[in-house]
Amino acid sequence: MAVIYDFALQGAQMLLVLLLAPLLTGFVRKVKARLLSRKGPPLLQPYRDLLRLMRKDVVLADNASWLFRVIPYLVFAATWVAASLVPTFRSGLMFSWTADLIAIIAVLGSARFFLALAGMDAGTSFGGIGSSREVMISSLAEPAMLMIVFVIALIAGSTQLSTMAAFMNSAEVGLRVSLGLALIALTIVAIAENARIPVDNPATHLELTMVHEAMVLEYSGRHLALIELAAALKLLLYVSLIACLFAPWGIAPAVVAPIPIFIGVAAYIGKLAVLGALLAVFETVIAKMRVFRVPEFLGAALMLALLATLLRFVSGSF
Amino acid sequence: MTLSHETVNVDGWLEAVDRLANGSLTLLGLWADPPGVKMATLDEAIGDISIITYITRHNQYPTVGVKHPPAIRLERAIRDLHKLDAIGASDTRPWLKHPDGVYEFLAAEGEALHQISVGPVHAGIIEPGHFRFTANGEFLVRLEQRLGYVHKGIEAMMADAPLDKATKLAARTSGDSTVAYGFAFALAAEMALKIAAPPRAIYLRALMAELERLANHFGDIGAICNDASFSLMHAQCGILRELTLRAAEACFGHRLMMDLIVPGGVARDIAGDGATQLRTLLTEVRRVFPHLTALYDNTASLQDRTVTTGIVKPEYARQFGAGGYVGRASGRDFDARRQPGYAPYDRLTFDVPLLTAGDVNARVWIRIREVEQSLGLIEQIIGSLPDGAIETELQAAGAGEGFAMTEAFRGDVLVWLRLDDNGRVARCHLRDASWFQWPLLETAVEGNIVADFPLCNKSFNCSYAGHDA
Repeated sequence: MAVIYDFALQGAQMLLVLLLAPLLTGFVRKVKARLLSRKGPPLLQPYRDLLRLMRKDVVLADNASWLFRVIPYLVFAATWVAASLVPTFRSGLMFSWTADLIAIIAVLGSARFFLALAGMDAGTSFGGIGSSREVMISSLAEPAMLMIVFVIALIAGSTQLSTMAAFMNSAEVGLRVSLGLALIALTIVAIAENARIPVDNPATHLELTMVHEAMVLEYSGRHLALIELAAALKLLLYVSLIACLFAPWGIAPAVVAPIPIFIGVAAYIGKLAVLGALLAVFETVIAKMRVFRVPEFLGAALMLALLATLLRFVSGSF
Repeated sequence: MTLSHETVNVDGWLEAVDRLANGSLTLLGLWADPPGVKMATLDEAIGDISIITYITRHNQYPTVGVKHPPAIRLERAIRDLHKLDAIGASDTRPWLKHPDGVYEFLAAEGEALHQISVGPVHAGIIEPGHFRFTANGEFLVRLEQRLGYVHKGIEAMMADAPLDKATKLAARTSGDSTVAYGFAFALAAEMALKIAAPPRAIYLRALMAELERLANHFGDIGAICNDASFSLMHAQCGILRELTLRAAEACFGHRLMMDLIVPGGVARDIAGDGATQLRTLLTEVRRVFPHLTALYDNTASLQDRTVTTGIVKPEYARQFGAGGYVGRASGRDFDARRQPGYAPYDRLTFDVPLLTAGDVNARVWIRIREVEQSLGLIEQIIGSLPDGAIETELQAAGAGEGFAMTEAFRGDVLVWLRLDDNGRVARCHLRDASWFQWPLLETAVEGNIVADFPLCNKSFNCSYAGHDA
């Protein structure tokens, strides 16, 4: 019985992230539109876009290899798995023993590696530009991300997300400078990884300035739908990660009771809304930076995370 | 201004070319009226414009472009459209017409260089044009444009057209500058017919021209910021642009004020409550626009993108005779409203803003300052709008030639026309400011990175339709 219940909860978590991801994207777009005095597309527009793309035929470049056709499924699967592992409404899920932060970074890293390959596969100049920029950004974002993981793991004593969230929710954690620095660094990395302003602009039509969009420019139909869904999942993943590490309130403990789970889901959706709105505001008040400023931006994240680690070593109370 | 027409021999032609090359003359236009080739030049020191005609022999004329590069594309266009060859020209590739066969882009060789080809169809809804970049990673080594995709054959359609049809064609050369084109065409036609528009029409023309300038500058300022992904400015400037267009519709019955300026006057008087509508617009713009200017100036992330990006060197702006914000942001103090000048601007007070930085930021600031000047001009015009007729009767005056320049929002529009004995247009030439701005875009991207090109391009906002005509 308990096994079935656990299984159902894990399944619910996977479905929840899959269903909520386009909504979060739609919500961010809606808030941005309202901030610009526009009405904006309806909240459900991303779902409609996905349905439309699913129904459309796929147009393939003549010289596209099998890799090009396989990669959307691969990227989607990897991102979905990674997003499902982050505790959202309840900790101690069936597969939470696999929810290791380093593992999640590795899964996302492989997804990006393949997407960069796909960008170059058709041999167009834009795909090449996109892939080279994406790899430049990720080569700076990944070390910063790992440093962030080290800081939090040093404080929480584990890289297991459930354990980390439980620790952050306890009274033990207190107010720590190193955690503050890690939060800023994680936010910077999340913005870069999700191709948001000021690193990239998900809404641009200018081929020459694109990073992520240039890489997937050759995709169409269901392939594009999967890639867009994966991008939405990735945004949800990072928002969930920030919520679970720095605002773990309301996450249901590993008990069998409906009320905590209900509270957990409500708290989770509330956190997504707050963080999504913050992202929209941030994206509205800032312009995109020059491509060669991105290393400085991400370098700041790396330095902050490094500083946090050092502080942590200097004194346990930081 | 003084305007002189002259037919010259080879020596006269070559002397003009030498004066262009040494910088004592500025090229305003080079076009064909077979069998002749005509060149309009401006002596900026004294403000004299001269149009010289060289009668070709065996369809050939001595090249201008070899000594004075701004003429190269004009010579290529003359070859495409009129089959007159510039002897000794260094570049004989087609320009406006696209015959079958491979178009040879200029070479840039080096081990690490790669080419990026963009267009003619772009990802956004913009006009078509092809850009061939040679880049070393992110750094641009060379940009070469290929235009002509929207060549509509306006000048060919104008040949032998009655004046009213030609007026409509001129107004459709570049939709965003339809007032400026209509204005210039009307002035040129009036010169050929030896008539003058009544005072009220003259003021109404300027009113339309300033409204068009306002609407386009609002659109441009927003669009430039949007290309740096700062959509807040885009949305707010979009509102101002829309208000301006609505005021134009309320006053003249057409948002873009197309076909309202005709030879002899204007086709429609301002609506009864037009002045009130415009005063409301001015109040609203004066309330909102300073906040937007401050927002532009105080957003560090935006300034970081626009300052020192896409610099046009002042010597290039001078050599190419770049008009509009491209020239004025690079220290070329030229505005067709002041020199050669035309009515009613000689009776209105306005400043011509001038900057020397030549970067994207300077081109934005020129637009901002021009918006302020246009607001003042509109106020002066509605305050001193004379009463009276809005159109004079057109009378056949026999054959004649007319020449006019007006200041569109992006720079000077040149119109030259020749009427035949029946008052029909025998030949008309329309030259957009973009002819001398597009080549500067190629120089402005030097040392910039690929990702900054859209921002440079938007700050130029050259016309494809007006250039390709």
